[in-house]
Amino acid sequence: MKITIQRYCKHRDPHAIMAAYEVPIEECTLLEALYHIKAEVDPTLTFNSGCRSEVCGSCAMRINGKEKLACAYKLQEGDVVEPLSKVEIIKDLVVDHEAAQQTLRRVKSWLEKPAEPEQLTMEDEKRIEKQTDCILCSSCFSACPVLEVDGAFLGPFALTRAYRYTSDKRCTDEKNRIDAVQEKGVWDCTLCGECTAVCPQGIDPKNDIMMLRSKSAQYGYTDPAFANGGDDMFGGGFDPGF
Amino acid sequence: MKYDVLIIGSGGAGLTAALRAKEKGANILVVGETYPTRSQTCMAQGGINAALGNVENDSPEAHIADTLKSSGGIASERMIRQLCEDAPKSVHWLDSIGVPFSRTEDAKIAQRRLGGTSGIRACYSQDYTGLKILHTLYDQCMKEAIAFKNEYFLLDLCTENNQVTGAVFYNMRSGDTKTIHAKSIILATGGYSGLYYGYTTNTNQSTGDGIAAAFRAGARLSNMEFIQFHPTGLKNSGILISESARGAGGTLLNSHGERFVDELKPRDVVSRAIWEEMQKGEDVFLDIRHLGEAYIDENIPQERKLCLTYAGIDPVHEVIPIAPVAHYTMGGIAVDETLMSSIEGLFAVGECSNANVHGANRLGGNSLLEIVSFGRKAGENAAAFAQNVTDTITNTEQSAKTKAYIDALMEAPNEINFYQKRTRLGELCYQKAGIIKEASLLEDALHEVEAMTSQLHEMGLFDKGCTYNTNLIERIKFENTLTLAKPLLTAALKRKESRGAHFRKGYPVPDKAFEKVSICYTKKNTLIVDFKKVAS
Repeated sequence: MKITIQRYCKHRDPHAIMAAYEVPIEECTLLEALYHIKAEVDPTLTFNSGCRSEVCGSCAMRINGKEKLACAYKLQEGDVVEPLSKVEIIKDLVVDHEAAQQTLRRVKSWLEKPAEPEQLTMEDEKRIEKQTDCILCSSCFSACPVLEVDGAFLGPFALTRAYRYTSDKRCTDEKNRIDAVQEKGVWDCTLCGECTAVCPQGIDPKNDIMMLRSKSAQYGYTDPAFANGGDDMFGGGFDPGF
Repeated sequence: MKYDVLIIGSGGAGLTAALRAKEKGANILVVGETYPTRSQTCMAQGGINAALGNVENDSPEAHIADTLKSSGGIASERMIRQLCEDAPKSVHWLDSIGVPFSRTEDAKIAQRRLGGTSGIRACYSQDYTGLKILHTLYDQCMKEAIAFKNEYFLLDLCTENNQVTGAVFYNMRSGDTKTIHAKSIILATGGYSGLYYGYTTNTNQSTGDGIAAAFRAGARLSNMEFIQFHPTGLKNSGILISESARGAGGTLLNSHGERFVDELKPRDVVSRAIWEEMQKGEDVFLDIRHLGEAYIDENIPQERKLCLTYAGIDPVHEVIPIAPVAHYTMGGIAVDETLMSSIEGLFAVGECSNANVHGANRLGGNSLLEIVSFGRKAGENAAAFAQNVTDTITNTEQSAKTKAYIDALMEAPNEINFYQKRTRLGELCYQKAGIIKEASLLEDALHEVEAMTSQLHEMGLFDKGCTYNTNLIERIKFENTLTLAKPLLTAALKRKESRGAHFRKGYPVPDKAFEKVSICYTKKNTLIVDFKKVAS
């Protein structure tokens, strides 16, 4: 099978080039193909991987323009492989996640105070089950079009994590959490759903953001696009859907 | 500048230790080869043992008895007692910081039975127990503003008069070597199943880098010959097919479609039965077809998905080709009851250590418990140790030596492709030092490992770049596995008995004379393996 991989090196001009590879394996995952190329064809090919079974979040990349985990993707003839977007490329398919992970600090994604043990019911736990399946692979971050125009936007995984903690019965300071997602947060999302479409864990950040909006409303926050008298309703990033 | 506690490894053990050391007021830094949340911990599915008695009556005494039994008489009852008695506290601590454990209908932490236990004891978060514990620990670390250096690969430890003074790292992003000084160090760098490359459920990162660095620095290793094999890895990838498939009624078949073992026996027994079939030339399959599509999709959907993705077969209609693969390494850096190694100030916790709680075989659900319970203990002890370190000795000799090693590696001729040798080492360990061990085969393996070691100077790099050079990292990791293969093979040769996960052909039962832990160390460039009674 022939595939194309974007190679990137900041010490070379141009930094990014497309390189074609022949993979002599009939049926394999993209990750297996990358291992093969590295061991047998070109050991300079650089990528990250870990568990090989979709739980560590190390090998997210874009395949034919869509974010996928390389370990879970079945290779197809003609596939084009690129690194994640909205993040700085370090080398080839390896990107720098430090800046993206800072968003977790901005939303304070943690329980502030230790909780009394065994407070949650089955229902309480189910409420945060899906959100806590997140593997921090950054696929949603890469797919988010808002981040394309505004790099300061909190982005989908941090907002899902914020929702996870505000929805946790053990959370003692919901107001602070809601305050933390206002600036460059819930109202900046266009609800396009690209994040939900690419999540390998089936998490729905778009829905979590909508839930955070209604929680925000409970604390007296309103959509700034509407607050400004509606003048920039269509420029505020929120598509009201009509 | 010298940190009080330098924590190397950002998996569950490292993060727990960091939180505790910070709580004790220590000035700390966590360094990892990858990002926190990407470590092996995230792969743990089954659960974390604690005798909460939430589902049926249970007691720490029963937990202790099960752990002792599994350990095959070569663990410390005192350490096991500490671990099991602390377990309910550890789980409640995890609960208090926000781990979303699954719940029972009466709002308690849910528990399920794992193999080898008398009680329903494993607390879990669906099939993501390790993942959810790890991410919650990471969230807490962010709350506590714990400092991280990610993508720093451990090269060597610095010591002075058998006291640890720091560690040398390779900054993967810049290509520089960097020495970080500390009064005490906690190694939480994981196990060495990666020696069995191609035949393991583990990540390819599990190459025992911390253990190898400690060994080079003079630390003693212990019980390196004890490797737990999981009976059902997918044949070509080693991807784990959970025990739940057999628990639900899945059967094991040979090429003639015949069953050959009681599938619900302990992991080591089932693994050996499968291995014996394979030695007869049989292929072995896991068959869950009779469970039916509806049952499979409802109860073990993950297994169907894994088979489709990694073996290209649908287990609803086809049998699953499997093989036993390396899953957990019981051996590691020998530590005392404070979790300190034979090097002063160097602590080790989790799979990289042998804290004498798993002995000859680890009980399912005890590894997550160990990283949390002993992780806290390591953090506490290292912080206390650092308080009593007054000197400011910084060893710069090691930094220069390590730098010279990297420079030499960059210059070395690339005559032999080490990736092929890595594959060969995996096969060699699997075929000759795996499920059933035999003196002549172990000797063959040792000779081949020595031959590979003598060729290392011809295994140079193809990639000479300084930015994120994974060719270099993988080459060093391969060398680390060779370093550890020697104590593993030598101890396996010397242990002429069968106990727990270690099975020697010709010596099929435990021998009282070997009711001891093995200790490996280097004296005048010679590898010594001693056997020693474990302090009960």
